[in-house]
Amino acid sequence: MAQKEKDALSGVETTGHEWDGLRELNNPLPKWWLYIFYVCIAWSLVYYVLYPAWPLGKSYTKGLLGYSQREELVQKVAEGKKAQEKYLTAIAATSVEDIQKNKDLLAFAMAGGRSYFNENCAACHGAGGQGAKGFPTLADDVWLWGGTTADIYKTIQHGIRADDADTRGTVGIGMTAFGKDGILNREQIGQVAEYVLSLNKRSTDAAAAAKGKTVYDENCAACHGDSAQGSVAAGLDVGAPPLVTANWLYGGDKASLVETITNGRAGVMPAWSKRLDDATVKSLAVYVHNLGGGK
Amino acid sequence: MAEEKKGFSHDTIERNTLLLIVLILITVSIGGLVQIVPLFTIESTIEKVDGVRPYSPLELAGQNIYYREGCYNCHSQQIRPFRDEVERYGHYSLAAESMYDHPFQWGSKRTGPDLARVGGKYSNDWQVAHLVDPRAVVPESIMPGYAWMKDRPLKYTDIQDHMKTLRIVGVPYTDEQIASAKADLEAQKNPDADTAGLMKRYPKAVVANFTGNKGVTEMDALVAYLQVLGTMVDFTKYQSPKQLQQ
Repeated sequence: MAQKEKDALSGVETTGHEWDGLRELNNPLPKWWLYIFYVCIAWSLVYYVLYPAWPLGKSYTKGLLGYSQREELVQKVAEGKKAQEKYLTAIAATSVEDIQKNKDLLAFAMAGGRSYFNENCAACHGAGGQGAKGFPTLADDVWLWGGTTADIYKTIQHGIRADDADTRGTVGIGMTAFGKDGILNREQIGQVAEYVLSLNKRSTDAAAAAKGKTVYDENCAACHGDSAQGSVAAGLDVGAPPLVTANWLYGGDKASLVETITNGRAGVMPAWSKRLDDATVKSLAVYVHNLGGGK
Repeated sequence: MAEEKKGFSHDTIERNTLLLIVLILITVSIGGLVQIVPLFTIESTIEKVDGVRPYSPLELAGQNIYYREGCYNCHSQQIRPFRDEVERYGHYSLAAESMYDHPFQWGSKRTGPDLARVGGKYSNDWQVAHLVDPRAVVPESIMPGYAWMKDRPLKYTDIQDHMKTLRIVGVPYTDEQIASAKADLEAQKNPDADTAGLMKRYPKAVVANFTGNKGVTEMDALVAYLQVLGTMVDFTKYQSPKQLQQ
């Protein structure tokens, strides 16, 4: 052992390292720090034994506790479900109409429906069901596919023109593109647009509107109904809106009408039964029905 | 001690910069190797699940736009195995689901929502309307609009090169897939095209004229990519974590 050197000024030992005459003081680590460091090392040894830790080629040590983050999740989800089980099983076993009659179930379905609506539905239909251009308002009383709770339930389950065997409408097929497909010429489209405007007393060209009625009867009435009452009122399941209300999904001014008649429309809604379980879909149906517009 | 000891000592290291650098690199890389190498050998790192396939050419072009626009700065693509996450977004993400992403898009920042399972959650029309003007459909959104992307023609003359490059790093594109890349890309955007070959090569690909434009635009590609995210694995087949580890 070499002679221990002490720094004359501070009285502290040096490490014996010297750089151009400068020497490093060898102050000891604080005791509290050092002991915590040792405890950490000791704990890591315990951890190695209890938890998954060491790689062993194709596998790894699983640890005595058998911990798995994914198994823990399964357990946590099960715990959560258990707390709600009473309601969830009752909702799954009850028809949507009967849920609305049962005060307890209704309260639970509304609370759950609200959070699922905000996560899944609000992006298109708006947080209060106010809708947007191309995405129907759920807070009014115009329903393309029926506004009873059972109708809404079916729509949410299977979607509209969606990838689902029982979906409403037909995938890829919506309102005919009367202009693009060459069924109506520009003049006829203008006339029928005037006629549709006249249904809300907004027509500016009575002569064109009168001619437009013939075009309407020949081309549009099959889906929108003889009196433009919409497919639901006409007893059809094709999703054609009434044209006599003030509610317009794609805009109700003449330019929008011409655009719609020319290019057609085919709105799509995903089938939610693939993503959400039945109790959730039922809760959503009840919630949507309660947004204000349900029949 | 130091004075008496001959040969190797800290003095040698501290007075020789090159040696110091080499020894530092060796020390640091031990830490890295111990953490990273086992992941390549442990069999359960990437789950063996059915359904994950390389991206179709249009989806791949969309993914490149996703990278270019830095979508990952605000959107993660990794649903973590926690109850709040799986109840909101769906099944937690598997390593297998991003094994063909180079680079992967797990991300760590969620200014916007996670997108790992956004495929099929909204309609094509919504994706387009939202990208053009996010606030038109989600009033409280702070996402920038990408309206220009709707009409900007997609450059895909080099799509085969992208696929060949990915094949070098392990994405199993077949010669057939590379040969038909351009036709597949155009077919996926055209609902009237014969898509039998496309759907055989890339099951679950979403075929649609996303933007309604005649040519293929950048937004067509991006929406095709978004609509396939998280849809490849059929989780009804994998109900428990144990099934995923086989």
